[in-house]
Amino acid sequence: MMEIIKTENLTFGYEDSQKKVLEQFNLTIEKGSFTALLGHNGSGKSSLAKLFNAVLLPTGGTVYVSGMDTKNEALLLEIRKNCGLVFQNPDNQLVASIIEDDVAFAPENLGVPSEEIRKRVDDALKCVGMYEYRLSSPQHLSGGQKQRVAIAGIVAMRPSVIVLDEPTAMLDPRGRKEVVETILRLNREYGITAILITHNMEEAALADRIVVMEKGKILLDGTPEEIFSQYEILKKTGLDVPQITELSYQLHQAGLNIDSCILSVDELVEQITKVL
Amino acid sequence: MLKDITIGQYYPSESVVHKLDPRLKIVLTLVYIVSIFLIQNFWGFLVLAVLTLLLCAVSKIPVSFLLKGLKPLLILMSITALLNLFMTDGRILWQWGILKITHEGIIMSLFMLFRIVFLVMGTSFLTYTTTPITLTSGIESLLKPFAKIGVPAHEIAMMMSIALRFIPTLIEETDKIMAAQKARGAALSEGNLIRRAKALVPILIPLFVSAFRRADELAVAMESRCYHGGDDRTKLKELKYQKKDTLALFVFILAITVMLSCNLVGASL
Ligand SMILES: Nc1ncnc2c1ncn2[C@@H]1O[C@H](COP(=O)(O)OP(=O)(O)OP(=O)(O)O)[C@@H](O)[C@H]1O
Ligand SMILES: [Mg+2]
Repeated sequence: MMEIIKTENLTFGYEDSQKKVLEQFNLTIEKGSFTALLGHNGSGKSSLAKLFNAVLLPTGGTVYVSGMDTKNEALLLEIRKNCGLVFQNPDNQLVASIIEDDVAFAPENLGVPSEEIRKRVDDALKCVGMYEYRLSSPQHLSGGQKQRVAIAGIVAMRPSVIVLDEPTAMLDPRGRKEVVETILRLNREYGITAILITHNMEEAALADRIVVMEKGKILLDGTPEEIFSQYEILKKTGLDVPQITELSYQLHQAGLNIDSCILSVDELVEQITKVL
Repeated sequence: MLKDITIGQYYPSESVVHKLDPRLKIVLTLVYIVSIFLIQNFWGFLVLAVLTLLLCAVSKIPVSFLLKGLKPLLILMSITALLNLFMTDGRILWQWGILKITHEGIIMSLFMLFRIVFLVMGTSFLTYTTTPITLTSGIESLLKPFAKIGVPAHEIAMMMSIALRFIPTLIEETDKIMAAQKARGAALSEGNLIRRAKALVPILIPLFVSAFRRADELAVAMESRCYHGGDDRTKLKELKYQKKDTLALFVFILAITVMLSCNLVGASL
């Protein structure tokens, strides 16, 4: 497996404060993987996302994106093109008043020729299922649709990694579902490496790998099964487990002979019927 | 309520005029404004009226839509007409105290009225037939030659398009904040002027705070989408000057010539 993002002894603090947001942080992301990044408020997730994209620069250590050091200013555009960032509020990341113009923004910045931009915009909009809306304005779309347009705006750069910072936090359940399905499709069908920052455990359970951060350090790192079986540790750091896992844990605690860490409804049903 | 405000007033249609190069339309509009002030008699306005109707037909914009655009200017137009009617010296037709109506006054006020009406109607064709985005890139392209002497052409265009993008968002937000403050018992439309002005403070402060936060987030989002100013930037929709633009230019020159040649016939003012 190839590594696409790598941090080496990464240390980071904001200029105006003494506190270190990240300290001696070592993380490697494999190409084509889908990683969920969890952590309590203020644990440094958003800062980390911006460090991946050279919007912020390390105060110590190094961040490599596809082997490029983010401190190398000559590679800035190449790095940002490689690693796209999607933010929480879809309204504040759309720049143009027509959908297709917005999706074209990044390729325009990169100096891609017109015909090629046209192709990329159409492809990206089809990929997130918003092609029919290419001529409407953002204010006529739902939150989930706007967020998919924002994702299309990144996809049009043809990045190898897409980092999403709580993309579903402001959406209704339907919008969440649309966005999560889009992320899964990008990862599975288009092979784009995905890093999803989220507070929603159901979403995190869909990833191949979960990294739990606490106070700028990695607390836990493993598959969803491995992470959600650490029920007590998660609860102590103020995090949750998926509802279905919570249920299986409670049943297990109550003395029922089933696993304490079950991630899917089907599996729980199967185990319960076996016991009964 | 605030949502009803429409900005840039684009009238969607598939006409030839809609498809013309925005740069040409901007330049022609400027020439048109100047030429209106060169008209010297009513024959000129008659020709202009016919030409305006023709333009309506070609660009598929209903005349009623064009007339509706005059409504907000009704007061301004009446004041101008009345001032000219009563204040012009000349052959007196009617007098009451210091108020007098003269022959010249009637002609003058009609003249001014026509000027304003045609100025507004003619220039609104530009915004009716051009989307704000196209208009912006037209302005950017026209200003580009002046970039050498320090006119920030790309930046101006970028600012305009971001403003167009966020005006609806901020209007919607103002509506929400107003509703929220009313729910907390704010009386926004009661009391005298000073009280009403004071009542705006709890609306403006959250609005400003939110606008600054948005600007901050947008700047980061733009940067992470590789924005680095106007250098080496390409466009999804490159402006193309085509054959039909040259044709439109000739039709325009012809029309203006006919209109102004009316100055040669009949009495000038
Ligand atoms: N622009 C800034 N200037 C100074 N300090 C900041 C800035 N942004 C964030 N911080 C601080 O850095 C720390 C980490 O913030 P960060 O936004 O990375 O956390 P987070 O994990 O994304 O939290 P959340 O879950 O709330 O989004 C916090 O203590 C925060 O107060
Ligand atoms: Mg955050």
